[in-house]
Amino acid sequence: MSGAPQVALPRWVDIGLMPVINLVQALLVAGLVVLVIGVNPIDAMRIMAWGAVYDSVAISYTLYYATDFVFTGLAVAVAFHAGLFNIGGEGQAYVAGLGATLAILLLDGYLPGILLIPIGLIAAMVFGAGWALVPAYLQAYRGSHIVITTIMFNFIAASLMVYVASDLLRAPGDMLPSSREFAPAAYLPHVHDLAALLGFQMHSTPLNLSILWAAACCVFVWVFIWRTRWGYAIRAVGLSPKAAVYAGISPKGVIMVAMCLSGALAAGVALNQIIGYHHRLLLDFVAGAGFTGIAVALMGRNHPVGIVLSAILFGALYQGGAELAFEIPTITRDMIVAMQGLVILFSGALAYMNRPWIARLYAMFDRRAVLAEAA
Amino acid sequence: MAAEQVGIAGSPSAEAWPAAIELRGIDKSFGAVHANKNVDLTIAKGSIHGIIGENGAGKSTLMSILYGFYTADSGEILINGKPVRIHGSHDAIAAGIGMVHQHFMLVEPFTVLENVMLGAEGGALLRAGAGKARAELQRLARDYGLNVDPDAHIADLPVGEQQRVEILKALFRHCEILVLDEPTGVLTPQETGQLFQILRALNARGVTIVLITHKLREILAITDTVSVMRQGEMVATLPTKEATREHLAELMVGRKVRLELDKTKALPGAVRLSVRNLTVIDGKGVKRVDSVGFDLRAGEILGIAGVSGNGQSELLEALSGIRPLSSGGIKLCDLEVSPDTPCGPAEVREHGLAHVPEDRLRLGVVTAFPAWESFVLGYHGDDEYNGRILMDREAMTNACGKLMERFDVRPRDPQLRCGSFSGGNQQKLILAREIARQPKVLVVGQPTRGVDIGAIEFIHRQLLALRDAGCAILLVSVELDEVMSLSDRILVMFQGRIVGEVDGDAADERTLGLMMANAHAQAEDAA
Repeated sequence: MSGAPQVALPRWVDIGLMPVINLVQALLVAGLVVLVIGVNPIDAMRIMAWGAVYDSVAISYTLYYATDFVFTGLAVAVAFHAGLFNIGGEGQAYVAGLGATLAILLLDGYLPGILLIPIGLIAAMVFGAGWALVPAYLQAYRGSHIVITTIMFNFIAASLMVYVASDLLRAPGDMLPSSREFAPAAYLPHVHDLAALLGFQMHSTPLNLSILWAAACCVFVWVFIWRTRWGYAIRAVGLSPKAAVYAGISPKGVIMVAMCLSGALAAGVALNQIIGYHHRLLLDFVAGAGFTGIAVALMGRNHPVGIVLSAILFGALYQGGAELAFEIPTITRDMIVAMQGLVILFSGALAYMNRPWIARLYAMFDRRAVLAEAA
Repeated sequence: MAAEQVGIAGSPSAEAWPAAIELRGIDKSFGAVHANKNVDLTIAKGSIHGIIGENGAGKSTLMSILYGFYTADSGEILINGKPVRIHGSHDAIAAGIGMVHQHFMLVEPFTVLENVMLGAEGGALLRAGAGKARAELQRLARDYGLNVDPDAHIADLPVGEQQRVEILKALFRHCEILVLDEPTGVLTPQETGQLFQILRALNARGVTIVLITHKLREILAITDTVSVMRQGEMVATLPTKEATREHLAELMVGRKVRLELDKTKALPGAVRLSVRNLTVIDGKGVKRVDSVGFDLRAGEILGIAGVSGNGQSELLEALSGIRPLSSGGIKLCDLEVSPDTPCGPAEVREHGLAHVPEDRLRLGVVTAFPAWESFVLGYHGDDEYNGRILMDREAMTNACGKLMERFDVRPRDPQLRCGSFSGGNQQKLILAREIARQPKVLVVGQPTRGVDIGAIEFIHRQLLALRDAGCAILLVSVELDEVMSLSDRILVMFQGRIVGEVDGDAADERTLGLMMANAHAQAEDAA
């Protein structure tokens, strides 16, 4: 025995208790910050929490934000299972928006929505996957580190989109760097429109049917990663590349497949924002969802169920934060960003900070693990 | 468990001086794993004391506590009769304890002198300290026969000399108690002999030596007293002259063990694996395998002996398709492999070659997978385990459970994480997986490294049974005893080449040892 054996914690501690503790720590620190600027932190928390759920509008907004985070969270998770840290969800989603826009601008004069929207989504996925594939290729065949290349590809995507939106797609005479608006046939139906069709009255919100696509993606990722031989190969490469090679799995192929899938999942943001809400290509429509996805995936322990839960939490944080900035003028938008940053910090970067003492506490109460070790 | 305390209290040395080391009631847990259970140990000053036990028995943990890597949960440590608190290696060094680790703690690009001085430079500027260190090294070389060129770079030294540098480091820090953790794992029999000479010379000048090993023969060869650990407990301490191999093995395992194998004469059949002029050059341009050629027949075990790091690993990887060939060729049944027609692990496996890899934890299993997932590693694409899209979990778990039963893998739980099985049980799981398909050729690397004695016995019998069933087996091992007791023919590898072939029955340790060090060829060169 050469090192201290890592204590295996039961799943409920690992995926349930630890994220909750991380969240509480983040809120405590955020509370201190709020206290410093002279606002009662309890009030602030109450407004924030209430603001995310107080009525159907608040809940719709929370879910609308959460939809983006599910896509980017899944994108990070799939790459993570292959042992890759894909920081490029932001850029991949951004370029995916270009794919959706080009397809729809080209076809919205000719096709009905039932064809336009799927074509737009497929184009988005192809563009997102393609944008992820370049760093994947560089990692697999040239050994360039994927963290570095995906970060750089975010910047390249941002510059590319500025160029495309202001010089190529901008409608003549329009002052905004954006494409022309799509024909209404290409609008992904809003949830409130559907509710109206069914006879319910709902306030108009940006929440649209991409939430169903997000749910489908969750199921797909779960089945693919844990129930198919390709997912098996991806996990084998992620957990032990040498064992994967021994088993006849090609890590290069796995890197390509996983990143391709990752980019295609991130493309869901384009469905939600471009086809579902803005109906045109806008600069910076991803708005940091790609980065938030990293924290969502970490907090959700790279499992679709966890990702859905943490995406809803982050959605609530966005919506509640907007309410808070509105209610208490001394708390600015930037303060909200700082608070969200704290949550990302504690649940993302410091996700395993508490593990040692939790493990020690747990071991004091439970000595059953000895059996497994001794047998 | 009744502890057998054949005390050493009656021996004169123990009465005359206080014990060099006395451990009282040392207890240590890692989370839920109880690594040391109330361990008492007395090591007489000026003795050579062996500590023997299987992997995971708690030997290394106990010594790590003595050296300050871990702190015991309870218990006390007395050095020369005085209680001491050891919180880090600096405390241990101050108390006169030196440690030679199993994996050397040397800075490879540094010279011997720089390594010896590291942490004891004697001032901000190196020059004065270096002069003193050089003089001290010369003295140590004279006194103990510890000859190493102080200006040689560690990376250029053979393993045996690197180990001497580790010993020099300890002596340079004035250690009176030298602890060696599995020091002979990487040495040839001749180098082991030299090490023992050095240890005796040190001992003659009053250095107390603690030798941790799992090799019974070494304990019997050099120690005065031997302590046996089992499952975290100290089960016996007895004078070595009263100990026998069988008795020690029984104490280590807790039951009677058969150390000898019943092996019938091999009946070799057709050639299954034919290797010609196989050369492997690694990424750094170093020739790892150099023009190796041999034939392996059905129904025989061909052993490959050699000191670790002489190209055996690369040979195994080339044969199993993990590493590309640089030149030469392999013929596996009717599959031809050459640099122009490379074959990956999947294809080689399809043609009937099964591979039990040397590096069990990194290659053989995915430690984070449950047993059943590792059990299909390499066969995960088989129809048996797959539907059209989804994998058939039930088929995999059932197959795993069945073979766990047949190969006595404990605990018999396909859902348990691979990393939670002991080394022996992991190895049985891998062996079960690879043997299950009745391979035409089985390539095995270090089948019993880090495996407990009970499992070794089981694995050896499985390999012989497989041979008798007509499988062609290539066995690579650095344990000479293992190669000798299993193989029908033995090849010896040295620096990537095959330097000798011996018939299994005619093999003896001395001849093989000389071949492993390539003494024969060196003698010819000199002449």
